[in-house]
Amino acid sequence: MANNLIVAPAPHVHGPESTRRIMRDVLLALLPAWVFSVVLFGVPALAVTCLAVGGCVTFEFLIQKYLLRGPRTVGDLSAVVTGVLLAFNLPATLPWWIVLVGSFVAVGVAKMTFGGLGCNPFNPALVGRVFLLFAYPVQMTLFPRPEGQMVDAFSGATPLAAVKAHAVSHTAVNYQDLLFGSIPGSLGEISALLLLVGGAYLLWRRVITWHIPVAVLGTMALFVLCVGLCEGMRGEELWSFPLFHLLAGGAILGAFYMATDYVTSPMTCWGMILYGVGIGAVTVLIRLWGAYPEGMSFAILLMNAVTPLINKYVKPRRFGVK
Amino acid sequence: MKTFPRGGVHPSDNKLSRARAIEELPLPESVNIPLSQHIGAPAVARVAKGDRVKTGQLIAEAVGFMSADIHASVSGVVTAVDLQPNAQGLRQPMITIRREGDEWAEGIDRTTELVRECTLPPSEILARIKRAGIVGMGGAAFPTHIKLSVPAGKRVEWLIINGVECEPYLTSDHRSMLERSEELLVGITILMRALGVERAAVGIENNKPDAIARLREQASAYPGIRIVPLRVRYPQGGEKQLIAAVTGREVPPPPGLPIDVGAVVCNVSTTLAVYDAVQKNRPLVERVVTVTGRQLREPKNLLVRFGTPMSALLEAAGGLPEGEVRVLNGGPMMGRAVCNLAAPVVKGCSGITVLGGTEARRGAESVCIKCAKCVSACPMGLEPYLLAKLARRQMWERLEGEWATNCIECGCCQFTCPAGIPLLDYIRLGKQRVGALMRARAAANTTKK
Repeated sequence: MANNLIVAPAPHVHGPESTRRIMRDVLLALLPAWVFSVVLFGVPALAVTCLAVGGCVTFEFLIQKYLLRGPRTVGDLSAVVTGVLLAFNLPATLPWWIVLVGSFVAVGVAKMTFGGLGCNPFNPALVGRVFLLFAYPVQMTLFPRPEGQMVDAFSGATPLAAVKAHAVSHTAVNYQDLLFGSIPGSLGEISALLLLVGGAYLLWRRVITWHIPVAVLGTMALFVLCVGLCEGMRGEELWSFPLFHLLAGGAILGAFYMATDYVTSPMTCWGMILYGVGIGAVTVLIRLWGAYPEGMSFAILLMNAVTPLINKYVKPRRFGVK
Repeated sequence: MKTFPRGGVHPSDNKLSRARAIEELPLPESVNIPLSQHIGAPAVARVAKGDRVKTGQLIAEAVGFMSADIHASVSGVVTAVDLQPNAQGLRQPMITIRREGDEWAEGIDRTTELVRECTLPPSEILARIKRAGIVGMGGAAFPTHIKLSVPAGKRVEWLIINGVECEPYLTSDHRSMLERSEELLVGITILMRALGVERAAVGIENNKPDAIARLREQASAYPGIRIVPLRVRYPQGGEKQLIAAVTGREVPPPPGLPIDVGAVVCNVSTTLAVYDAVQKNRPLVERVVTVTGRQLREPKNLLVRFGTPMSALLEAAGGLPEGEVRVLNGGPMMGRAVCNLAAPVVKGCSGITVLGGTEARRGAESVCIKCAKCVSACPMGLEPYLLAKLARRQMWERLEGEWATNCIECGCCQFTCPAGIPLLDYIRLGKQRVGALMRARAAANTTKK
């Protein structure tokens, strides 16, 4: 018999999971919302995505090759996911060089300086976005307003910003528009419905578990409802208040795609719930009483910082231990 | 449907030989019988080169508390009592017998007629089990008479029969349950009698509906025996997981034992061996072994005498495929890779699994992305990513604090890891070091006193 016997310790079989497959699933989940935003905003949306993805992949490749001198890692698709998520957080009309600066900060600073995939304490796409928000506040808050299927560069305030500025009441917002996306906003905050479809796909594929999204959105809804009650809202005004906060802005994108980032979120179920509650609460605090209309990014980054602490103190229930 | 409380994975079950009836493998020309086929002290040879032995004759005797007797599996002449390489290539004391016919020792009942009645006192049942050299045949090879000797102050409430066979590929227990169902039930009543318990549960995973149906039908004639179908999920056949699935009780971490929650678990093949020993006076000299693999021409279930070389079983299943293969003693989740195909089949060997093609080698390893899949897959509530990291950094005290010793080495973490990290390699190393640490501390404490 001409055989080579291979010897290795158990287990001898491996499941179908791989890092690449997970990243591919995330990209697939983001696809419907992305296609929608390209239809809505046209070529600028396509250009922003291409620039963000291209920037992220290129920076990772160059840094890995010439600075870290490690094996090539861009094949795991994680830089592509970061690029797409960054693009989802940007307005479609953002000048091209700002997009590149954003992807450099996301991958070059927030990811590769810590050693690359798996080592970064903060969500890279969000670091990129928040940096741009501070560095280029004007460009970052100038949102194109989609008019039907037409592309129109005319800028408008996002529903969150409008309500925050007391320009309109949240009851005046058209909820169908929030759900289906005919609102001004960044690439990925315009269609709650398609993002939910993608989120359901991620849950079905077990890429993510329910703990973080449910904790984030549940906390937001409850918190906002309580505030509404204290302010004496009644009837439609009351129940539409939490609904508005869940559908407007980056709540869905944040809860399903950004907060669930593996590297920067806790490892145990209870840890994830704690982390999600923290994100929901901080988001509402910023939205209602802070200086910015949207607080999701800040809330996630803040809880990213708490994650190691949560991992240290929140442990799974050990089998057989009382 | 019942199952264990947390963790677990779903490897594809690949039960290729589930419909193949058990066949007797032709007797080999010679057998190599290791003196250590069980946990504990090796048995001591009671025969010497040149002795004539009969099948079923005692050839090596248990010494000390934890050990088991060993019997000749064929009749013939002892040609050597010396060191021979085992399946892992390590030299171990073995008795070699050149076969001449198949003449059985006196007093052994070889008929297949069912003997239902058992009126022996528990002590005599235990004595017969010990005399027959029975050890746990699910893989752990723990001497059965010790498992059945309940320590003073403990009470057995449950006898649980392990018919789960959650390892992919393996079907030997499944076939035994189907083909020897009545004997199994009688074996269970004998064990119940030995332990003095009123109730027994047979845990069977739901992917064996034929076995569940047959045993349910026949169990009605045996009071106290309940058949419990379980949801298909690995590692349901782990002792602690099975107890939790059937009784809802969790065995405490080591040194905790099943008896601490009032349970004794016995494997299906072991129970059949008990039946043979007590009712037929037949020592343990053979067992059913599944020989299987996607690339084998004819995966089968073979009745094999101990000491038969593994290569003979592989030949009977159509021979090994060309090229790189991983041959496993056991199933793919917990089996041990074999590097010597001339090594003998022993009491704890429930299957030989052959993995070829892309499955022969491990996949590439990449970095941990902290996906937490290992944490949710761990049936013991541990954090495998953390244990592996601490072991890599040689932080043994911290490993102890994270309950590393509670790991049952089921491999769920490594199976599910998307980065292909050999988590269990590191955790095993860590467990060994923590164990050494704890022993050293215990020794230091006793000298102080």
